[in-house]
Amino acid sequence: MEFIRFNGVTKQYKNGVVAIYDLNLSIEKGDFCFIIGGSGSGKSTLIKMLYREEKPTRGEIILGGLKVNKLRNSNVYKLRRRLGIVFQDYRLLPKSNVYENVAFALEAIGAKKKDIRPKVLKAVELVGLKSKLRDYPENLSGGEQQRVAIARAIVNEPKLLICDEPTGNLDPNMSMEIVDLLEEINKKEGTTVVMVTHDKAIVDKKKKHVIALKEGHLYKDYKEGEYIDEIL
Amino acid sequence: MRFFRILGRSIRDAFKSVGRNLSLSLASISCIIITLIIVALSIIVTYNVDNFSSELKKDLTIVAFVSNDADNFDVDKLKLDIEDIGNVASVTYKDKKEIKEEMMKEDEAFLNVMKEWDEEENPLQNTYLIKVDDIEKIGETATAINNLDAIDTVKYGEGMVDQLVTVFKVAQRVSIVAVIALILMTMFLIVNTIKLTIFSRKREISIMRLVGASNFGIKLPFVVEGMILGFIGSLVPVGLMIYGYKALYDYFGGRLFTDIIRLVKPFPFIYYASAIVVVIGIVVGMLGSGRAVRKYLKV
Repeated sequence: MEFIRFNGVTKQYKNGVVAIYDLNLSIEKGDFCFIIGGSGSGKSTLIKMLYREEKPTRGEIILGGLKVNKLRNSNVYKLRRRLGIVFQDYRLLPKSNVYENVAFALEAIGAKKKDIRPKVLKAVELVGLKSKLRDYPENLSGGEQQRVAIARAIVNEPKLLICDEPTGNLDPNMSMEIVDLLEEINKKEGTTVVMVTHDKAIVDKKKKHVIALKEGHLYKDYKEGEYIDEIL
Repeated sequence: MRFFRILGRSIRDAFKSVGRNLSLSLASISCIIITLIIVALSIIVTYNVDNFSSELKKDLTIVAFVSNDADNFDVDKLKLDIEDIGNVASVTYKDKKEIKEEMMKEDEAFLNVMKEWDEEENPLQNTYLIKVDDIEKIGETATAINNLDAIDTVKYGEGMVDQLVTVFKVAQRVSIVAVIALILMTMFLIVNTIKLTIFSRKREISIMRLVGASNFGIKLPFVVEGMILGFIGSLVPVGLMIYGYKALYDYFGGRLFTDIIRLVKPFPFIYYASAIVVVIGIVVGMLGSGRAVRKYLKV
């Protein structure tokens, strides 16, 4: 079942740069999809449009039946409550511990107090950090910090997990562990995962659906299990 | 229900944030204290000027001298005629005998001269004392009274009254402009100091946006924080106002320089003025922080 669709999407920034040009693509529900491409290929713009940080100049983006490009600014938060977003730089609150960082995502949207604790514990357990609930980010390794960020992204049980180079700051072993974790979430929870990466080893090993971008165009759309000949 | 949960969290976070960013909070509070002290002073001055002018207005009287040819019937009719003129608040009759007695009580020189006068010799005139509703129209009212047949002449302190009216009008306008300017200045200072605290929490705001907090939910803790800073900042000016004004009032015995300028009694005036200062502090803190956080909420 189709979950994400880009119909003729073009994104031109105010300075005239065209980041995405007439892009058409489709991602299935429950899919694990890598977005690959060189610098300036439009990967980041593509996912920013998914969570409506950017609006397409032309075309249509449909996410779970919702026309994201038609969404009013005042309603963007409703879309984001259905998403989990993970970044390369973790974006944790340095003065809050693991539990507080994960709970923050629920508190910020006004979740019921009695629901917060079980949901946080479940998410933290899923990312394997139950023993570090009271630790602060500065006492955690890069991989552990990224796990906290993933726990925060999944705590509200999103339908889509968007990961913008989540392994960019990690060594190869740690990177693989993080992707394994994302794969586990994808399988266990049925969450659709869209992950931007530069890491060929990961893409080669996982043999998932891969969308390759080049200079803002769709270069190739590799189905799951297809051989990836190059990383652009 | 979600609204109340967000409100509860915002209040808790706002208090936490005031403590966590103590130095910046103190900077904001100091700004608020200084400007609200000036606002408080302006309120006291404005209210006292207003009070003084309205007291003075109450005392302003048109004196209409009744012609010596008028008989009792004319005098009674005159009262009705004066009352028929618009802008007349009250009309009081004083005959020349009464005026003579009052003047004799006032001054010994009058006493010596006037005690010899009998009814026939008394050269004073019967008068009507007229108070008006709108002091600005006193000239027109006086002219209308002067045109009545049995009136010889009228006096109401022409010139001086017109000047006073102008002075009061200017003083009132200047005070109002000063209060508004000070409130805007306070807001500007609060916006800038709160911008600093918000800048230091950019990351927190960006995470809130990403996890799907509504703009209202993001803004609220900062708005509550602004209200708390405004409230705390207003306490010192309020304290100074209550004790300072009371001390000033007692020191001058309720009169400033001369008996004519009477100060407003400290209570309950100072409580109302304090409430105004607290409300200004809270509202300005709220609006200032709301404005400061707006920049980070653009999608």
